[in-house]
Amino acid sequence: MNSRKFEETLAKGFMLGSLILVLGILAAIVLVIVLRGASSLSLSMLTETPKGGYYLGQGGGIANAIVGSLSLAFGASFLSLLLGLPIAFALQKEYLGRHLVRITRLSLDILWGTPSIVYGAFGFIVMVYFGLSASLLGGIIALTLLMLPIVTRSIEEVIRMIPTELKEISYSLGATRIETTLSVVLRQALPGIVTGVLLAFGRGIGDAASILFTAGYTDYIPRSLFDPVASLPLAVFFQVATPIPEVQQRAYASALVLLVIVLIVSIGSRLLSRRYSRHIVR
Amino acid sequence: MYVAVVFANSIIFLIFLGLFIQSKPILVKKPILELLLSSSWHPMKGEFGFYPFIIGTLEVTAIAMVLAVPVCLLSAIYLIEYAHRRLRGLAHVVIDVMAAIPSVIYGLWGVIVIVPLVRTLGEMLDTPTTGYSLLSGGIILAIMVSPIIISVSMEVLRTIPLQARETALALGATKWEAIKHVVLRSGLHGILSAIVLGFTRAFGETIAVLMIVGNVPVVPSSLFDPAYPLPALLANNYGEMMSIPLYNSALLLSGLILLLVVSAFNLTAHLTLLRFERR
Repeated sequence: MNSRKFEETLAKGFMLGSLILVLGILAAIVLVIVLRGASSLSLSMLTETPKGGYYLGQGGGIANAIVGSLSLAFGASFLSLLLGLPIAFALQKEYLGRHLVRITRLSLDILWGTPSIVYGAFGFIVMVYFGLSASLLGGIIALTLLMLPIVTRSIEEVIRMIPTELKEISYSLGATRIETTLSVVLRQALPGIVTGVLLAFGRGIGDAASILFTAGYTDYIPRSLFDPVASLPLAVFFQVATPIPEVQQRAYASALVLLVIVLIVSIGSRLLSRRYSRHIVR
Repeated sequence: MYVAVVFANSIIFLIFLGLFIQSKPILVKKPILELLLSSSWHPMKGEFGFYPFIIGTLEVTAIAMVLAVPVCLLSAIYLIEYAHRRLRGLAHVVIDVMAAIPSVIYGLWGVIVIVPLVRTLGEMLDTPTTGYSLLSGGIILAIMVSPIIISVSMEVLRTIPLQARETALALGATKWEAIKHVVLRSGLHGILSAIVLGFTRAFGETIAVLMIVGNVPVVPSSLFDPAYPLPALLANNYGEMMSIPLYNSALLLSGLILLLVVSAFNLTAHLTLLRFERR
């Protein structure tokens, strides 16, 4: 009898220990990045683009990477929403047969798991095929591929939760499929759309492997879609590899900026989805 | 809408096709077994042996899974079976945040914290190491895959009906015995899928591993040796040195191998999870 009690306590102890370990590691990550980043962050770092001798530790900041990352992520979020919303709508049973729905869901799941470096390589093949060089547009295309399954699956999951009765009411009032979709389903799915896009935005802005070949890197803020563009993850990646401490400091600062953006997006999506849920019929 | 659906379904085939066409030149020239099993990587001499990279990927992933699986499963069980609702809420936020942190930041953290730690550990064990090693890569990957393993196994555990537990408890089992004999047994397939999903994530992870694993194309002989996984190979070399014949093709072949392995595992995991949902 006693040994059974002992096993229970032991198991519980191990479980609690594991949980504390996971929580502790997250705390350690955030703490280290914030402390290291904060000590090297300054206003000029945020507002200036790199100047001469930047990579030898002289003046300038990471404004090019901040602007670049934001434009990449906004562009890709927009494109993936444009593509993902119709896919999610079509996955309702009014539009597609059961088998096709299942297959589409499965292929989205597989896309979700595809490593981002593969998207990067594929994006590069496509760009070479069309004669594009590394540019904002190329980066946006690669990121869109990465973000599409995230956006679509999260919207679709919310659409699936909508009670059938609600749609049936709309149909019984004489609305067509597309009218129902646009006025009832869209409204109900709004929180899902917001969280889905924000989730994808967070994933996209932090992804380095997919834009490594497709977006390039530059010291300037891009003027058109065909200019190469800098980004925060690559700023961290390139600058931490140098032996010069001043440049490494900038890697820490870039990492902190990136972390703050990602955390705001992640926590913001939680709060927003709660707020938008007011009109939802369950 | 239908156009968009067709696009969604064809994109994965397009990626396969694109990578396959690009890696065909090398597949035609060299037998596939030689490519996979030779460990001589000298692009200049036209020798492309993927063996060290494949072993590097497998080993770093294996270390990550060995470290992550027990911790993640125990945490998930605790959160579902024992924890107070408020703690579970907090854990959800933590898992979300961990999943949201970009891989470069994990990599940077690895450079700052894990690499020196492993270096000290190596010194203590009399195996001098730079710290940029298989073990460091495995530790970082273990941390990176934990959110997905924890959240999927929590989903799986939640689908197991309360009655199953109550039956065991009514028969006089302790709570842990009920979990061990009833909950885990009926959730086994789902939990395996969670692990497989974590595995595929680790297998394809690029930047964080690249930053701390050392990148030396030799089969590592100990935990403290550097390794060179496939994604890192692709990331480090692709897009440059297009002039060396077959190099480009060889690199994209590594991308194709990655995609094939990851997709196959993902497919099995999702099909299993699908069956779970339907119950």
